[in-house]
Amino acid sequence: MTTTTGQLAGISATTLLRFATAGSVDDGKSTLVGRLLHDSKSVLTDQLEAVEHASRSRGQEAPDLALLTDGLRAEREQGITIDVAYRYFATARRRFILADTPGHVQYTRNMVTGASTAELAVVLVDARNGVVEQTRRHAAVAALLRVPHVVLAVNKMDLVDYAEPVFAAIAEEFTSYAASLGVPEITAIPISALTGDNVVEPSANMDWYGGPTVLEHLETVPVSHDLTSCHARLPVQYVIRPQTAEHPDYRGYAGQIAAGTFRVGEQVTVLPSGRTSKIAGIDLLGESVDIAWTPHSVTLLLEDDIDVSRGDLIVPTGDAPATTQDIEATVCHVADQPLTVGQRVLLKHTTRTVKAIVKEIPSRLTLEDLSQHPNPGQLVANDIGQVKVRTAEPLALDSYADSRRTGSFLLIDPADGTTLAAGMAGDAFATGAEVAHEADDEGWDF
Amino acid sequence: MTASATVLNEGTDSPYALSHLDALESEAVHIFREVAGEFERPVILFSGGKDSIVMLHLALKAFAPAPVPFTLLHVDTGHNFPEVLEYRDRTVAEHGLRLHVASVQEYIDAGKLRERPDGTRNPLQTVPLTEAIQQHRFDAVFGGGRRDEEKARAKERVFSLRDEFSQWDPRRQRPELWQLYNGRHAPGEHVRVFPLSNWTELDVWQYIEREKIELPEIYFAHEREVFKRSGMWLTAGEWGGPKESESVETRLVRYRTVGDMSCTGAVDSDAITLDDVIAEIAASRLTERGATRADDKMSEAAMEDRKREGYF
Repeated sequence: MTTTTGQLAGISATTLLRFATAGSVDDGKSTLVGRLLHDSKSVLTDQLEAVEHASRSRGQEAPDLALLTDGLRAEREQGITIDVAYRYFATARRRFILADTPGHVQYTRNMVTGASTAELAVVLVDARNGVVEQTRRHAAVAALLRVPHVVLAVNKMDLVDYAEPVFAAIAEEFTSYAASLGVPEITAIPISALTGDNVVEPSANMDWYGGPTVLEHLETVPVSHDLTSCHARLPVQYVIRPQTAEHPDYRGYAGQIAAGTFRVGEQVTVLPSGRTSKIAGIDLLGESVDIAWTPHSVTLLLEDDIDVSRGDLIVPTGDAPATTQDIEATVCHVADQPLTVGQRVLLKHTTRTVKAIVKEIPSRLTLEDLSQHPNPGQLVANDIGQVKVRTAEPLALDSYADSRRTGSFLLIDPADGTTLAAGMAGDAFATGAEVAHEADDEGWDF
Repeated sequence: MTASATVLNEGTDSPYALSHLDALESEAVHIFREVAGEFERPVILFSGGKDSIVMLHLALKAFAPAPVPFTLLHVDTGHNFPEVLEYRDRTVAEHGLRLHVASVQEYIDAGKLRERPDGTRNPLQTVPLTEAIQQHRFDAVFGGGRRDEEKARAKERVFSLRDEFSQWDPRRQRPELWQLYNGRHAPGEHVRVFPLSNWTELDVWQYIEREKIELPEIYFAHEREVFKRSGMWLTAGEWGGPKESESVETRLVRYRTVGDMSCTGAVDSDAITLDDVIAEIAASRLTERGATRADDKMSEAAMEDRKREGYF
């Protein structure tokens, strides 16, 4: 069941899973990541030798796998900005892109960044400490970013005598908390990253656990969901018009399908104009196909010569999002300069960038206990809060809960281009975790 | 392979799951189209090396049947492999592209740059590159850099902001969320764009095989006169080797990367087909002691780093 260590691991066509880790160095995150890289044979000889050498020079007998990824610890000692690091490994069954995010309190924005493209998040806890504030914060970020799968890795089981009750209590507390935030799928796994128990190889010390190892779970979790229930969305990136003798009348609308499925013959509407046409053809990077789905990059050909340009959204007729100039969203503030009420910003949504004004900041959210603080006036780095934004032009915006790609946006400082905030349209959490908004207080300012 | 629903993972994947190469290809195409939509004067750094060849292939696919809306730029150290330059020129002609060449040799001849004592010219590429970007007012510069190449690159963005000196300021790099790339920059600044950020060396080779992309011959095993310097097999030639103390021998070698002849080491190999090369690379990832020659590995990694100092 575990990975092949065959000569050609990762050679055949496999799927790609993007996942994120959250947890701190103290929880053993570097060791877990190092163990995944090492035990899946994704570490090059020279890297491993460097680690062995460094471990020996510190007087350690076994190689300290944390050193494989330990840019992070050094950085913290030197006070350099800690950031998301992307790591790559493969098994015979799957290719992985890992967004390795530091877990300390001031680095919420890094976890938000890593989780934004992740289909799975691994939240690490120390078996001796159980669910702590930081764990709740990680669960909340995963829920907020609508990461479809969450893994709770209860680490350092070797330090609690591999006791099942310890694991069971932590798993239950975490699962009920994450479920209350609307996390759709939670898998708890007892591990020891240091000894390798249940990371890649099943643990001989925990025969009471019958589930998958971390890697088995990563290899088998579904990477694409039932697309038939998704609203199809194609943000137009670029209009392809060769105007050559060979292709005098070719007009193709190029983009990456953000959600759902498109078929030839389907009736579509172009937003924000509302004009309609039929799909005459789909070019899938040089191949003519009848059907394409997310995340294919395609070129759509329409039957009618209608005006379509970059920034437009092509959707199935009858399944269009409402267009609006008033956006209510949850944002994570990611810049060093604050976001204030009245601030003029640019809003980038799919392939469209428009001018906007921050009308209100109704509340700021404390992730540890999900308490709301009304009218904070501004948001600073790593804050998460509700905002109301007015845009200069209508946007075809989905709720983030329905579509991560067409429900997300950036707020950008027009002066220097800084990315200020990452926005998610609609309600923050999938369930009743939401606190009712305060009544609008028009005319409120500093 | 593309739109067909292959069973990828022993029945656990839906028919809608893309293969990893399709997913990476789709992402890279998305990046190229974003740049085409948002920038005025993009350029692709094209050396005739495998990563830049794959980049160009993806760009061609992204805009077909229209031509690629970008020009190409090569910073020529003057010590490039003739096979690679020949490939470069042939490719440019074949696709009707426009190539700008910034020449290190011209800078040396004009006294603007000085030859280094070790004869390595990669670090000398920075000035010609920077000045070419300024002179042509390029606002987006595509590079073939991958995040898996070394620890320091693991945090590089897909869109990496550079000031008018082409410098990378870590504090000015923006968080990148979802697939929303922020390419805003002031006049004189530009953005380096890395469409292969999420690819590994193996992915690049598998894609070359799948797409049947032709490569310069030096990527495959061939007989070559080489000599050993700093633990690497370097090719004999007018660029500065061998010295008197170094002896030339004929070996069966291939190159894993191509760059400056003075610092690109060949590896012993009998891989003559793409399949052979891919098998060799996959095998060399195994961490069993002795599976690979660590001294070659070490020096090769060091060389790659040095190569990048000039470029990235």
